[in-house]
Amino acid sequence: MPHLLAAAATPADLFAAREQMALSLGWHIILACFGVGMPALTVFAEWRGLRTGNDDYIRLAHRWAKVMGVLFAVGAVSGTILSFEMGVLWPGLMSVYGQVIGLPFALEGFAFFIEAVFLGIYLYAWDRLPPRRHVLTGLPVCVAGVASAFFVVSANSWMNQPRGFDLVNGTVTRVRPWAAMFNPAMPMETLHMILAAFMVAGFGVASVYAAGMLRGRRDRYHRLGFLVPFVTAAVVTPFQIVVGDSLARMLASHQPPKLAAIEGLNHTGSHVPISVGGVYLDGRMRYALRVPDGLSLLVGYRPGTVVQGLDDVPPADRPPINPVHLGFQSMVAIGFGLLVLGAWFALSWWRRRDLPRSRWFLRFAAVAGIASVVALEMGWVTTEVGRQPWIVWRHQRTADAVNPAPGLWAGLVAVLLVYVVLTVATVYVLNRLRTGPVGAPQEAES
Amino acid sequence: MTAAQWLLVLGWAGVTLYALLGGADFGGGFWDMLAGDARRGHSQRRLIESSIGPVWEANHVWLIFVIVLFWTCFPTVFAAVASTLYIPLTLVALGIIARGAAFAFRKASTELWQQRLFGGGFALSSVLTPFFLGTVAGGVASGRVPPGLAAGDLLTSWWNPTSVLAGLLAIGSTAYLAAVFLTGDARRSGEAGLAEAFRRRALVTAAVTGAIMLGGILILRDDAPRLYSGLTGRALPVVVISAVAGLASLALLITRRYALTRVTAALAVAAVLWGWALAQYPMLLPPDVTIERAAASPSVLHATLGVVIAGMIVLVPSLLWLYSLFQRPVPR
Repeated sequence: MPHLLAAAATPADLFAAREQMALSLGWHIILACFGVGMPALTVFAEWRGLRTGNDDYIRLAHRWAKVMGVLFAVGAVSGTILSFEMGVLWPGLMSVYGQVIGLPFALEGFAFFIEAVFLGIYLYAWDRLPPRRHVLTGLPVCVAGVASAFFVVSANSWMNQPRGFDLVNGTVTRVRPWAAMFNPAMPMETLHMILAAFMVAGFGVASVYAAGMLRGRRDRYHRLGFLVPFVTAAVVTPFQIVVGDSLARMLASHQPPKLAAIEGLNHTGSHVPISVGGVYLDGRMRYALRVPDGLSLLVGYRPGTVVQGLDDVPPADRPPINPVHLGFQSMVAIGFGLLVLGAWFALSWWRRRDLPRSRWFLRFAAVAGIASVVALEMGWVTTEVGRQPWIVWRHQRTADAVNPAPGLWAGLVAVLLVYVVLTVATVYVLNRLRTGPVGAPQEAES
Repeated sequence: MTAAQWLLVLGWAGVTLYALLGGADFGGGFWDMLAGDARRGHSQRRLIESSIGPVWEANHVWLIFVIVLFWTCFPTVFAAVASTLYIPLTLVALGIIARGAAFAFRKASTELWQQRLFGGGFALSSVLTPFFLGTVAGGVASGRVPPGLAAGDLLTSWWNPTSVLAGLLAIGSTAYLAAVFLTGDARRSGEAGLAEAFRRRALVTAAVTGAIMLGGILILRDDAPRLYSGLTGRALPVVVISAVAGLASLALLITRRYALTRVTAALAVAAVLWGWALAQYPMLLPPDVTIERAAASPSVLHATLGVVIAGMIVLVPSLLWLYSLFQRPVPR
């Protein structure tokens, strides 16, 4: 068999590996968002409950803690798979660059460790610790969750802006791991992801209570269950749009092919319009609404700003246009939709200290959770597909990183089946938790 | 010692902790599987669940720690192992997903058929996952993973006598560790009947695992002569420690001194791992990839060492608090 393996992986195996990674990452990222955002919501609810003596807050904290336990367990194992897949699917990447991006992963390992330790305490020690101390054990969970996201995404940002090493005849030398971690894409990309996590967790939890309120459950418990996560997410949304904008602007100077793919921009030039909607067909953008000079203005604040097009990139180095363009468009559209929803709420609250009266508000709020997850996934499609055909931008092609062994297709099928079962079971169990009676999660409860 | 050697020692300590702590959790799944039908097995399953519940996620992170340390410090070896052994590693990954999810789901579900379904998934993957991890270890130890991407045989690199032996040993030792651990837990929570049941199991698994280990020595002589000569040469004192600790555990179990048994049982299992490491040193991939050849740049090793030490300063007290908190009775 070994003599067969000297050849590169077939395109079908490369495709299978990419799909397996996309599936595992796309699945994990949703859970990871709840891992980052939900501890803050839960600890806040518990703290308010202790401060005010309001029993509804405590009940919310109990229920959210239980949901968090399930989501964290599934998130932890789906994240472990990713560390396996880094080697199993992409040994070419790890063999050459594993040492360059190892540091943020090592730091993430410790952050995750702290998160798991204190989550174990937070979830299972309600009856073992005095209430005040119990709230405090939730704080490391909150901090470590955010830190995990920061470290992991800083490794991803390195794939977009690789540095911190020299290449001599294809061999990595003079590695500067801290410089690799603190690459130019790191600050905005990590912030974008952390804010996204709070939006997904906030809108996600709020949407459950919005659906409950639509069905007539409008008691104080449901109102609080809606208000705490919704307000959190709504406050984050405008900041997220500002961060996303500066991230996109950065592409013009740091990763122009990705911006060109986002816009379906064929030719380098000034006075470039911005394309809203549309599809890239037969080598050009069709059916798009064009705002004259829009992109030039957004990138450089002047209509004369030159923006690089795809013609500056050799055809073999161009990312696929449509997934990147459509991914970005839908992410931005949802982002602005969520901004409007938050503003609607803010206006009503400012005028009458209450939710908007229209049932349409609750209907939109009930789908905001799914919408924010879609926006999250579309954002990852934009950044990951937009980097292709490079796994390490301008340094290593994805095709050279993949495991040359045959049979990766079988792995994809197995992983696909496992994730289908996992998804069904997770949704089922969460639905049970939504309706069942809930006390504090205890270890001796079963 | 060089930075690479320090990191190897720390990484191996991580492997050991995963084998002991995570291993005891996996063994819990093994006993969960054999606990009998829902009615008879209820009290055993409840004990297993309450022992594992608060700690399994933290125990499990050792694996991630080891993987990350490995690819950062010895990237080419990591890539060679992962690409050649991708089949068992994929199965391990799937087993870990199924196990963690099923365990959490069983806790959250209330109806019997669900608990049975998720319990079955938890138990089955608790047995298969250590087995495949063991086959990976056996493949590396018997020198079947050459350097380079997917350069080894995709099937015989992990399906061979040494790998199967290592897989069975992994199942045996996790079951044994769990039985010893659960015996103590059962007695502490005042369930004498359960403590007796797990004590019997600990004795049986100790005997079975010990027998596999003795028989395994003959297999290694044929299948992995290099490892065999290392184990019977330089690593012999550690192997003897393992045997002595194993026998001492038997004696302690018979005399019902459960707290001390935990120490000797852990020592017996840990000594096997360190014996292997000592037998193979300084090769990472036998026969000829050494630590020095495989190590990353010094700047990376130094930064990683710094991060690991700083991380441990935060982590170790937290872990100790976690374990001590749940080893105490609930305050009334």
